[in-house]
Amino acid sequence: MQHPSGKGAPPDPELMALVKRKAALSRTLTLIMFCTYFGFVALLAFAPDVLSARVGAATLGIPVGIGLIVLAWVLTGIYVRWANGAYDEVVARLKSK
Amino acid sequence: MPATQLGQLSPVAIAFFFAFIGVTLGITYWAARKTKTTSEFYAAGGGISGFQNGLALAGDFMSAASFLGIAHLVATGGYDGLIYSVGYLVGWPIVMFLIAEPLRNLGKYTFADVVAYRLRQRPVKTMAAIGSITTVIIYLTAQMVGAGTLIKLMFGLEYETALLGVGVLMIAYVLFGGMLATTWVQIIKAVLLIGGATVLTLLVLNHFGWSYGNLFSSVRALPNGQDLLTPGHYKVATSGFDLVSLSLGLMFGTAGLPHILMRFYTVPNAREARKSVFVATGFIGYFYILTFTIGYGAAALVPAKYMAKVVPGTPGMGNNVAAPLLAEILGGGPFLGFLCAVAFATILAVVAGLTLAGASAISHDLYAGVVKGGVSDEKSEVRVAKTATVVLGVIAVLFGLLFKEVNVAFMVGLAFAVAASANFPALLLSVFWRKFTTQAAVASMIVGLLSAVILIVLSPTVWTDVFKLTSTPPIPLKNPAIISMPLSFLTAFVVSLLTRDDKADAAFEEQQMRATFGG
Repeated sequence: MQHPSGKGAPPDPELMALVKRKAALSRTLTLIMFCTYFGFVALLAFAPDVLSARVGAATLGIPVGIGLIVLAWVLTGIYVRWANGAYDEVVARLKSK
Repeated sequence: MPATQLGQLSPVAIAFFFAFIGVTLGITYWAARKTKTTSEFYAAGGGISGFQNGLALAGDFMSAASFLGIAHLVATGGYDGLIYSVGYLVGWPIVMFLIAEPLRNLGKYTFADVVAYRLRQRPVKTMAAIGSITTVIIYLTAQMVGAGTLIKLMFGLEYETALLGVGVLMIAYVLFGGMLATTWVQIIKAVLLIGGATVLTLLVLNHFGWSYGNLFSSVRALPNGQDLLTPGHYKVATSGFDLVSLSLGLMFGTAGLPHILMRFYTVPNAREARKSVFVATGFIGYFYILTFTIGYGAAALVPAKYMAKVVPGTPGMGNNVAAPLLAEILGGGPFLGFLCAVAFATILAVVAGLTLAGASAISHDLYAGVVKGGVSDEKSEVRVAKTATVVLGVIAVLFGLLFKEVNVAFMVGLAFAVAASANFPALLLSVFWRKFTTQAAVASMIVGLLSAVILIVLSPTVWTDVFKLTSTPPIPLKNPAIISMPLSFLTAFVVSLLTRDDKADAAFEEQQMRATFGG
């Protein structure tokens, strides 16, 4: 396949579908991160009592804060696993076609 | 607690200190022979692996201010300090999902390359370089002031001597070793910092019988224990609205920091770029999780009087001392010495990365891109980059002396706000929005930059704390991003709709393909 710049030949439909899926995944994961983080910030800012609830000797805010950090890492993991795995394989196959 | 050795030059600290300087200068000597071309100077020839770049990104990003500062905030102010631990991390997924790949695929050495990809080079690169240089100088000044204060606190060196030492070393790394030396300084620092923080965390857990229940019970038993464990007591923000503004700046600032963005050109392709964000997020996240234990460990174990403000006649030692004092209590003098050396390494790695990013904005964007119109020879561009390195180093030392009294956290906040308002919107829209025009890019960067700076001047942090004015500050927010960032986006939309850029429009498909698949 020529460089997928669309010059000359029409772009490969399988490739275009893949590009769309990638953009959709990026959007979804960004949205998940944005909503969970700003949900947390909104609680801190406008309802701090929720995060002050006692959990053992600590408070709910502590596991929630750590949970957000872990979530951020897991989300990047999901993305890189798909993009460096299935996605790159298809792109490589289409490019060599 | 016995009298602390903090502020005295301990033999262990000196040994670690010279070992670090020796090793990093050795690396610089080695790197200097491989640093001749522009590609080698700016991007280590693109030969860094994803994992190495991940570690270097972590080393570039985690500042001594964030380590010592957050631990101290938590130990004295409680939960609200941890807002920074979470906020500094959540920008990384944004970098991964929206920025890393197009950046790697469209640019050569700087993020200005990407913003200018299908727009007119001269105006866009000029403004993007101004945004970069402003962010770099503000951040660099904050780091220098932090460095002078910390080294004085830890080694007992004079503030001015410490500043000069940091300035000379960082110029040496960047000037002779370019990106290759900077990368390895950052990798070594990341390993040292994460290792040091891990040992400190294990010592805390060991002290509390490996039980978080015991740790938090001890915190709860303190006179202010309830406050320490609940949010809303330490004033990191003036209101809930202001807190949202702070969080916005933290989340999107990371995606606009020139020294972070620049690191994506050191890896060979988008695949390695993705891997490096995953590795960086893992290490940085792990480190920030440790700050929870270190902060509360310090709250439980370090007597509050030592962590109080510096007032003559009292034992208070001011900001940043919680983690070092905790290290001394649990690990003794040698561990304190080690941690001081780690803090020093931490500062050097960040200022070297910043200096390199600032020098690249001057030589690659302004000199090669604007003055020479994209046609310059390697030799003269490297020469300009090296001159810029020295000039920036001198500016950093001078500003460090000049702004000695300014609050470091405020300057870091300002750098993030400028990055989120001036750099990030233009970068994002140039990649994703077809209708984005040259005029819109320039206008949004100007508006983002000016509004962030003006809002912070009119805020309590400058109006009251710096200018010492007694009147009510015109802007009640300490953090400008909630106004300046939307203002920058709004400017971009309005100006784009009012202007036409047919060339940019026509080049969008090609750009999108290249952003996705590389050249």
